[in-house]
Amino acid sequence: MSGHSSYVPKTGFERWLDARLPIIRLAHDSAVSYPVPRNLNYFWTFGGILMFMLVAQIVTGIILVMHYTPHATMAFNSVEHIMRDVNYGWLLRYLHSNGASMFFLAVYIHIFRGLYYGSYKAPREVLWILGVVILLLMMATAFMGYVLPWGQMSFWGATVITSLFSALPIVGETIVTFLWGGFSVDNPTLNRFFSLHYLLPFMIFGVVILHVWALHHVGQNNPTGVEVKNVAKDTVPFTPYATVKDLFAMVCFIFVFAYFVFYTPNFMGHADNYIPANPAVTPAHIVPEWYFLPFYAILRAVPDKLGGVIAMGAAIVVLAFLPWIDSSKVKSMSYRPIARQLFWAFVVVCIGLGWLGAMPAEGGYVIASQIFTVLYFGYFVALFVVGLFERPKALPNSIADSVLGTLQGGSGARMGTAVAAEPNAKG
Amino acid sequence: MSTLSFRSAAFGLLLAALPLTAQAAGERVIPPELSWSFSGPFGKFDRAQLQRGYKVYKEVCANCHSASLLKFRNLSQPGGPEFSAGQVTALAATYQIKDGPNDAGEMFERPGRAADAFPAPFPNEQAARAANGGAYPPDLSVLAKARTYERGFPRFVFDIFTQYQEQGPDYIAALLTGYKDPPPEGVTLLPGQYYNTYMPGHLIAMPNVLNDGQVEFPKGPDGQPQVPETAQQYAKDVTAFLMWAAEPHLEARKRIGLQVMLFLLIFGGLLYYTKKKVWSRMPDGTPVH
Repeated sequence: MSGHSSYVPKTGFERWLDARLPIIRLAHDSAVSYPVPRNLNYFWTFGGILMFMLVAQIVTGIILVMHYTPHATMAFNSVEHIMRDVNYGWLLRYLHSNGASMFFLAVYIHIFRGLYYGSYKAPREVLWILGVVILLLMMATAFMGYVLPWGQMSFWGATVITSLFSALPIVGETIVTFLWGGFSVDNPTLNRFFSLHYLLPFMIFGVVILHVWALHHVGQNNPTGVEVKNVAKDTVPFTPYATVKDLFAMVCFIFVFAYFVFYTPNFMGHADNYIPANPAVTPAHIVPEWYFLPFYAILRAVPDKLGGVIAMGAAIVVLAFLPWIDSSKVKSMSYRPIARQLFWAFVVVCIGLGWLGAMPAEGGYVIASQIFTVLYFGYFVALFVVGLFERPKALPNSIADSVLGTLQGGSGARMGTAVAAEPNAKG
Repeated sequence: MSTLSFRSAAFGLLLAALPLTAQAAGERVIPPELSWSFSGPFGKFDRAQLQRGYKVYKEVCANCHSASLLKFRNLSQPGGPEFSAGQVTALAATYQIKDGPNDAGEMFERPGRAADAFPAPFPNEQAARAANGGAYPPDLSVLAKARTYERGFPRFVFDIFTQYQEQGPDYIAALLTGYKDPPPEGVTLLPGQYYNTYMPGHLIAMPNVLNDGQVEFPKGPDGQPQVPETAQQYAKDVTAFLMWAAEPHLEARKRIGLQVMLFLLIFGGLLYYTKKKVWSRMPDGTPVH
């Protein structure tokens, strides 16, 4: 997809630099001339939005660290010092804490986009697996970040999640002691979480570079799932087409982000985290951040502790195997009448698990969590089975054909494309 | 809230302790939603209310509760009670603050300065417990953000759009006037326990502290107080003060928020039409759609 470079150095300096370090050529090839399928809808803008969120989190985080004190007796008050005495400290801190939620909102939309349009299928398996690695790193980073204010929910969330590792046979207790830096969650735990919370975002950044590299090598998927055949007809250059569209989507996303930051900044948080950590008092409900709730529900659905930990881990890791689980050759679910319904059922199951994760683990909630956990994993089984016999609708010959409506595959496929590409049709 | 030993809590939490502590939290009465001047996208604190609230805090709450994150200087900062700098200096000077050590290595007392934190009524938690029948009066600095109740589905979704987020203030105001003496039939209180409608589980170690006429409010030109000197009014005013204490930059946040939202709206609108123009043609001039 990357093809021949169209960069032509215009000045003497550019020619000189291009012969030594072709960095302008790299930027030109990946952000200006890079061909983008012309039929992408707005779900494809979330990659750019995520890049923005990662940079925003790193920038606000670096400034917060200048004022934060990672010590069990001072962390809570240093966060309040940021909120009260640091110039615009309240803004930085609310941007960072709500930014984490927005980052996950965007990444979940990004993942569901990939699931619907089959973006994990050949030749994008490595691209997809790198994405799963990024998700895991994001989860670790967010979890450790939530511990840093050293409020009640920080402390007890850290206690619950780290002690999960004690379920592992033989090495479990040793790992927990290692994570804690002692025999309970205490100052050493806070110190190492702080250190890792600073390190992991840069590791994410590294994997993101690989993710984008892989993307630019294989090219973007698109709502039809039909690969680019004719660059001139099927694609548009990244700049100005994708640049201006991504920028517009980014501003819309920042609008939502800013709404939470300025008008209801504690909506995503929990009031208990404004109570300083107290090892002697357990909060009435220990609830993780909303973006962990579906996995938390799966964890609690399994009556056995080790089984719960394995199920929770498997719920994420199974995503990495999707390229080989999904047995259909057709990428886009717009052309897969049965798989498409499975997909939407899966979305409902994930939201249902999220709700159950916030409920107390008792009575009917546990039974419902168990049913939904089975349904969650059932999606992957069903995806394998359905692909074996499902009769997909006729695919368009090319991206250009699907956009211009010169279809040979009959009205069914055309309707599918219309649904999938609707945001684009309006934009 | 139940107190568990730390080790057992760490390991037994997931399946065992969660339902247990949920029950221990007991039934809750949802506090009524009051109208607050600081709610909504254009919310601002009512200066007079914050000043009255500070008076209630100082004369009633501060006898047992600390508010150690607050400094006297905060009282004159924009967006708060906005006492004058002179008033704050004079107020701070009425307190004796422990300082030191001096050159002789001794601690000494000096009059307070605007930069000092609000002094705590007790030197440490143990002293506070000893003086309050074993109960620890919590620090009030961020209390208004540290208290809430479950909104439940679908109300928590509506709250995003209505911007309702005053669960903490509503709860505190209701709690301060939610005492029942004598308690309802069938409830037996141990010494040092009181019955409060809004406290989770209803048993609270803090007695009813607000009584009509207890705190004198500033008088208007006719010699009458501008607002009624009732326990209800005290509760509302001191709660507003606590909300400001917990979120001293709330006004700036909402004001800047409006500017940001307007900017994004205009910028986004311009981008939308730019995008439309760019996407109307392919590079070779043929229509995109």
